[in-house]
Amino acid sequence: MEEPRIGVYVCHCGTNIAGTVDVEEVAKYAETLPHVVVARHYPYTCSDPGQELIKKDIKELGVNRVVVASCSPRLHEKTFQGVLREAGLNPYLFQMANIREQCSWLHEPGPELTEKAKRMVGAAVNRVSRHVPLEMRAVPIFPATLVVGGGIAGMQAALEIANSNHMVYIVEREPSIGGHMAQFDKTFPTLDCAACILTPRMTEVSRHPFIRILTYSEVVAISGYVGNFKIKIRRKPRYVDEGKCIGCLVCQEKCPWTALSEFNAGTSKRKAIYTPFPQAVPNIPVIDAEHCAYFLKEKCRACEKFCDANAINFEQSELIFELEVGNIIIATGFDTFDASSIPQYGYGRYPNVFTSMEFERLCSPTGPTEGHIILADGRQPESVAIVHCVGSRDKNYNEYCSRVCCMHALKYSHLIKEKTNAAIYQMYIDMRCFGKGYEEFYNRISNEGVNFIRGKVAKVTDEAIAEEEKGKLIVLVEDTLLGTMLRVPVDMVILCIALEPRKDANEVARLFHLGRSADGFFLERHPKLDPVATMSEGILIAGCCQGPKDIPDSVAQASAAAARALAMIARGKIEVPAITAAIDETECSGCRICNLLCPYDAIFFDDEAKVSRINQVMCQGCGVCAAACPSGAITHNYFTVEEITAEIEGVLA
Amino acid sequence: MDVLSPYKEATDVILEAGGEPLKLCYQCGLCTGICPWNLVRSFLVRRIMHAAQLGAIDFGSEDIWTCVTCRACVQRCPRGVEIIDVMRALRRAVASMGIGVVPDALRISAKNIAGVGNPLGEAPEKRNDWAKDLKVKNFASGTEILYFPCCVPSYDPDVKTIARSTATIFNKLKIDYGLIGTEAKCCGESIRKAGHEDTFQSLAQNNINLFTSNGVKTVVVSSPHCYHTFKNEYPELGSKFEVIHTTQYLASLIEQGKLKLSKEINKKVIYSDPCYLGRHNSVYDEPRKVLQSIPGLELIEFPDAREEGLCCGGGGGRIWMDTPKGERFSDIRVEQAVAKGADIIALACPYCFLNYRDSVLSMGKAETMQVKDIAELVAEAI
Repeated sequence: MEEPRIGVYVCHCGTNIAGTVDVEEVAKYAETLPHVVVARHYPYTCSDPGQELIKKDIKELGVNRVVVASCSPRLHEKTFQGVLREAGLNPYLFQMANIREQCSWLHEPGPELTEKAKRMVGAAVNRVSRHVPLEMRAVPIFPATLVVGGGIAGMQAALEIANSNHMVYIVEREPSIGGHMAQFDKTFPTLDCAACILTPRMTEVSRHPFIRILTYSEVVAISGYVGNFKIKIRRKPRYVDEGKCIGCLVCQEKCPWTALSEFNAGTSKRKAIYTPFPQAVPNIPVIDAEHCAYFLKEKCRACEKFCDANAINFEQSELIFELEVGNIIIATGFDTFDASSIPQYGYGRYPNVFTSMEFERLCSPTGPTEGHIILADGRQPESVAIVHCVGSRDKNYNEYCSRVCCMHALKYSHLIKEKTNAAIYQMYIDMRCFGKGYEEFYNRISNEGVNFIRGKVAKVTDEAIAEEEKGKLIVLVEDTLLGTMLRVPVDMVILCIALEPRKDANEVARLFHLGRSADGFFLERHPKLDPVATMSEGILIAGCCQGPKDIPDSVAQASAAAARALAMIARGKIEVPAITAAIDETECSGCRICNLLCPYDAIFFDDEAKVSRINQVMCQGCGVCAAACPSGAITHNYFTVEEITAEIEGVLA
Repeated sequence: MDVLSPYKEATDVILEAGGEPLKLCYQCGLCTGICPWNLVRSFLVRRIMHAAQLGAIDFGSEDIWTCVTCRACVQRCPRGVEIIDVMRALRRAVASMGIGVVPDALRISAKNIAGVGNPLGEAPEKRNDWAKDLKVKNFASGTEILYFPCCVPSYDPDVKTIARSTATIFNKLKIDYGLIGTEAKCCGESIRKAGHEDTFQSLAQNNINLFTSNGVKTVVVSSPHCYHTFKNEYPELGSKFEVIHTTQYLASLIEQGKLKLSKEINKKVIYSDPCYLGRHNSVYDEPRKVLQSIPGLELIEFPDAREEGLCCGGGGGRIWMDTPKGERFSDIRVEQAVAKGADIIALACPYCFLNYRDSVLSMGKAETMQVKDIAELVAEAI
């Protein structure tokens, strides 16, 4: 190895570092360290002139290793590695000392800061002299994409990608695509009918030559790595032959057995053989074995008798098959908050307390009342209370704001006004109408005549204490603007329930190696600068599985995820970091501890040689194996024992 | 228009005295909606929180002394604000800084507690007189259990029955227990909530030293207020003994088969959860288990029971202050019990006992509605 000639660049970061650290002294100190041929300080090392400075030193002074003492490597390691590459050096002959986050930002000002910065630079100098060149690796990309979830986000992402003539598979566990949006009546703030804008989308997806929809199916296993995922899919038996069924739905008509309709949020019944809603895609029914008399008691078979196409097949079994894809977009959506977990709001006890989802179905022409807003006894309500933040913004349930409830609450006001003469009371804590056209919508609905009461509802009760309360539901709330406790008697209460992570978010997270944020939703790589990527390369997230959002935001995020996948497809291959682990086979005892620990399934056991081997393409360089190996047979490149020891010695020097 | 001139010292005292979570309050008003005072009069908890946030509190207002510290609001506050701590801090500001007026009734009780160690102003040497004829030994090192009945059953002639019933049960079961010398003082729970922090500190130190020097390991208490402070507040001051409420102790004796209840009580009994046993310490099941073990007894529930249980009105020092007729929570409870067809209201707290007894008497219901501590019922059924 050639003699190290180290260049050290101490960054001022404006006043972020130079305000409290004597950068000049740090640079002077660096010059005294072994192998250092030049040490400079510069206001913004990451700027173009700053980068040029380094390049010039590499060319003119023969610098062959570089230390930059500045910010976090997460911010600019790639920037400076690029500088080395452009100047003809291997980018791994570089070391960063984070004297901003780990020094100047961290402590009270004082001379110790400069002292600490010197030690950190010393450590980096010590370590960089031990670095060896590492080579980046290129891996080809499989051009197909898997989209998990066929709601509005999943469909949007699928269309964006498929329109570039690349294959997309949509896996949807329900019998139809469409998701929650298919259940909505109108959409805020434009009040266009959800079905009118969604149904054409669903048709477009179903007819697209580059999209294959796999409904009633779930991902059961995933292996491989970015660009080369192998996906195992389980297709639940529909008991209806998709090739034969013509979608006449006579079976649904004739079936004598019923269950609560999931699509109508439990407000009505559906048959045991059913399509969830009239515009379902595909328009092929499924038999719900849990409610079908044939599966329960081995009789009936009415559907079979009436099916002219002979499409009913009680013998159908589940199908397991594999797909190969390069990218995965997770768009699994949300579940709604269980309103009965706040017993004082009376949901489940009083028939005229509805959740927002139930009310959506009540308003819909395809819903249980054909769009008539009526009470449990069929009367039209004369007064309605709309309760905001049910299960949201509440430490006892979900701390976050669900972001859509203020707006759908306003929408409900309009729909109620349109269809009844009822007086409307909105019980809110804060009105959050922040999207495009939302404040204007708030304005419009206010003008239609709605009573806004600022306060969180304490209780909904049917215990009347005054004549005008008899037969009503009474909503107890402090009007915090008046400073008065109110009892508001109404006929109907609508609870605007929180959007929550899917009940099985944990299993899905484990399956796809996703992180979850404190609120339980899937964790994005960066909340501002990278909201669609995850910590797993090649796995992207979109829509409400990442956090509550409205339709415009879901669609935007889905398009962003699609763009990210398309960029990778267009590149055809990806470079993966050169940092991997390697096993010294002469030292390996074959204990296989590393096999079990590897989170990327990159280590396999060679049965003949009786040693473990690392797949260098799959290895992500996390280092778990190296730390765990009892024989010390595994070297974690770039983090070798020698390098780390040298770094520690530098700190202690 | 008012000029906002925050009383900075007041805000500091509030924040220092545990009002820190106050900053989180987002003024939704849920506390007001839940507060039982609004069943009988207006009491805007939320507004007090806001005034406290701004340091614009009217320290002369009677609102400072209204909160019964029942914890109904804290239990459901969406931001987890320790509203009771804020109320206590406001009271502390008045009591220690003299920037307002401590209500007369409370001042007298505070003076008694500070002077003779009990709110009733009785002589300390009479503390154990209730047990004179019951042959209860004095606690000595090695005695298994210390029984600490609370000042009210120790001195109040009408409430002594709680302590006497408990001792009777213990005697019959030959439990190794004793009473501590008359140097014992009020536990201090309520006077602390009423803002008299210094008094509390000296009471607690006295009791901790007394218990420690006598080698006390386990204390059985009749009052949920003693229970609360012994269990949750004394350990911060160095106490190390275990605390058990009588209902918990009786339930465990029943479970172990040591306590067998054979005499029938053929009555409908309704149990009222004490706030400091229930919401403050999540003890809901043991009192019910004990009642259900009494043969013939039919246990019924209030419309708002357990977590939703209505306070008797006696917490936070309110037990020493007069609440006008028409605003007494225990009156509402007695009406509910009558409506439910109960014969007996069963209790597990001396403060509840005082309030319910007064309600039954003042409402003219004493003939048809009995008020009994669970210990009394057990003593009858044994």
